[in-house]
Amino acid sequence: MRNTQYPITDTQQALEALSAPKKTRLHELWALFRENRLAVIGLVIFVLFLLTAVSGVILTSGQNPVFDPAMVRLQEKLLPPFTRPHLKALQPAQVPTLGIYLFGTDNLGRDVFSRMLQGAWVSLTVGFVAVGISVLVGVFMGGIAGYFGHESICLDHILAILVLSAGAIFLFMGWIGTGAACMAAGFIYTAVCLFARTRTGQAQRRGIFRMRAISVDTVIMRMVDIMLCFPSFFLILTVVALVPASMYNIMIVIGLTSWMGTARFVRAEFLSLREQDFVTAAKALGVGNFRIIFRHMMPNAVAPVLVSATIGIATAILTEAGLSFLGFGVPPPHATWGNILSDGKGFIFDAPWLTFIPGVAILIVVLCFNLFGEGLRDAMNPKLRERG
Amino acid sequence: MKQHLLSVRDLKVYFRGRDTVARAVDGVSFDIRKGETVCLVGESGCGKTVSALTILDLIPKPPGEVMAGRVLFKGTDLLGLTEPEMRKIRGKQIAMVFQEPLTSLNPVFTIGDQIREAILVHEPVSPDELNRRCIRLLRDVGIPSPEERLKDYPHQLSGGQRQRVMIAMALACGPDLVIADEPTTALDVTVQAQILNLMQSIQESSEMSVLYITHDLGVVANIADRVYVMYAGIIVEQGTTEEIFSSPGHPYTKGLLASLPSRSRRGEQLHSIPGTVPNPAYKPSGCPFHPRCPTAVDACKVRFPEMIDHGAGHLSRCPVVKQ
Repeated sequence: MRNTQYPITDTQQALEALSAPKKTRLHELWALFRENRLAVIGLVIFVLFLLTAVSGVILTSGQNPVFDPAMVRLQEKLLPPFTRPHLKALQPAQVPTLGIYLFGTDNLGRDVFSRMLQGAWVSLTVGFVAVGISVLVGVFMGGIAGYFGHESICLDHILAILVLSAGAIFLFMGWIGTGAACMAAGFIYTAVCLFARTRTGQAQRRGIFRMRAISVDTVIMRMVDIMLCFPSFFLILTVVALVPASMYNIMIVIGLTSWMGTARFVRAEFLSLREQDFVTAAKALGVGNFRIIFRHMMPNAVAPVLVSATIGIATAILTEAGLSFLGFGVPPPHATWGNILSDGKGFIFDAPWLTFIPGVAILIVVLCFNLFGEGLRDAMNPKLRERG
Repeated sequence: MKQHLLSVRDLKVYFRGRDTVARAVDGVSFDIRKGETVCLVGESGCGKTVSALTILDLIPKPPGEVMAGRVLFKGTDLLGLTEPEMRKIRGKQIAMVFQEPLTSLNPVFTIGDQIREAILVHEPVSPDELNRRCIRLLRDVGIPSPEERLKDYPHQLSGGQRQRVMIAMALACGPDLVIADEPTTALDVTVQAQILNLMQSIQESSEMSVLYITHDLGVVANIADRVYVMYAGIIVEQGTTEEIFSSPGHPYTKGLLASLPSRSRRGEQLHSIPGTVPNPAYKPSGCPFHPRCPTAVDACKVRFPEMIDHGAGHLSRCPVVKQ
């Protein structure tokens, strides 16, 4: 019965070589994406916007910028787009670089085109960094909830966290002695627990302190529910009123109030991925938990995250513009599309281009991100592929 | 007599439901010697896979729980090891090949990435050496033009090739024991034969032990040195392949053998054992097989049968059937 008929014959090799087309997933994705014309337009505008923003930050920053967004020419205020400057009334340094006010001037005679260039970079970075933060937090929280969700938090864990946070509060209030004692007790207890856990492999669950109080999944997902209960724009307004206004604070605040959707997506993906055979197979190879989460499961869950991130960028840009419009955003004199719009609203009948141009720019960028995101979703979702 | 590489002693794995306890594995003992192929045979749902997963501590806990027993591998009890210690054994000393080659490979990575990872998890190797080892592994498992195949994604390979890749990953660190959980069930018959030949030839060249889990007695006859027949979470019969096939000592084994299609009974209806494997949460009292057993007597309904030694390592759990 024991016959060893291998290696395989040449015919078989040839056949198998024929049957497998050489095409990576990326090629496939691009082929599907390309069919959606609106999405391709979205991508093109996105690339243009990216180039504009990057060249904008190079051209408008530094000691002697090519386009100076802060150059005030009071004698040239509220000029409509495509007006030529009155060269006689201006100093040589004040003459706009293009020799023409492409988007007109505002009430202080600043060149709106330069300000739009500067603002594009703000919109871009706020969009990307805020979404980056929200994706990181969301993926982490969702990943933990999906993978470790069935693990319980015991009463003693809650106790340890309470002691630690009490210590932190005491330290903050200036009661150094009590605070330090609390912190030390908390840390020692945590260390002892961790040590005991690694020694026995599994924590023994006995006594009232080891009672399973609540599962990790419940904690994280209820936190998500609570966060979703707040009207997020007003939450952001409140936080922005408390922290000093700067571009970075705005990014962080927008990021930390928009991670809930991503967390839900990732958790849902992880709940189904956790049961997949390749996860068990990876475990059987001796791969550790965190490597399984981030290297094996995350790439499989990344498609919906990518899509929601693309649409999230649009939302973040809108939120930033809204904040700037209300005067809570990036502080002047730095120009953003939101505060150009805000400055222009007083002159809406005299100089409609001051509101029209940033408004249309926001509209186009947000629209292109949404179109791109939806195209990406359609291309990545195998269920929608057959629709044609 | 060769030393036992792995010996499982009186293993009990239960799964807790809301108000039931499923006794999936209920006191299983078996031994695997060095260089030996041992088959675990039984119908679906009789605890074969759970036993195998427990060896590597891969059963989901909760609801699963190891209630009793020991898994001695080279003298150490695997059930007492911590998770980091266990991770060093998985893949390095005991590797596993799964049933579904279609889903056991991660769809988003090339097979090269996955084999590389299997090596890198346990051994820090230089990139050149790594590449050479991957190619050698793929060549060992009979994949044509391995250099190009390394860049392929799992969906570009056929089922048989994927199972070969899984075997290559299992062999990546030169394990002492490979647990193969129905590796050929999802493949068609010709590919199945190729994979079996492959596993045999690798085993012969590397002195590795194999625990082969299957429900296919044809496969058992082909590859096994010794056989354990499982039913409803217990071992009902054990012995060498020749003994089991020539003189089965348990009515369940007899039933399984009679269910095989054979040339001598051509044209007749195939034999089948009436009924199904009992729900592990509600097992019958006494001998778990008695409701389906053609030779059951009244005593079977109350008394749990002990192992009866027929000599030469052949044991069975039925007091009624006489040799």
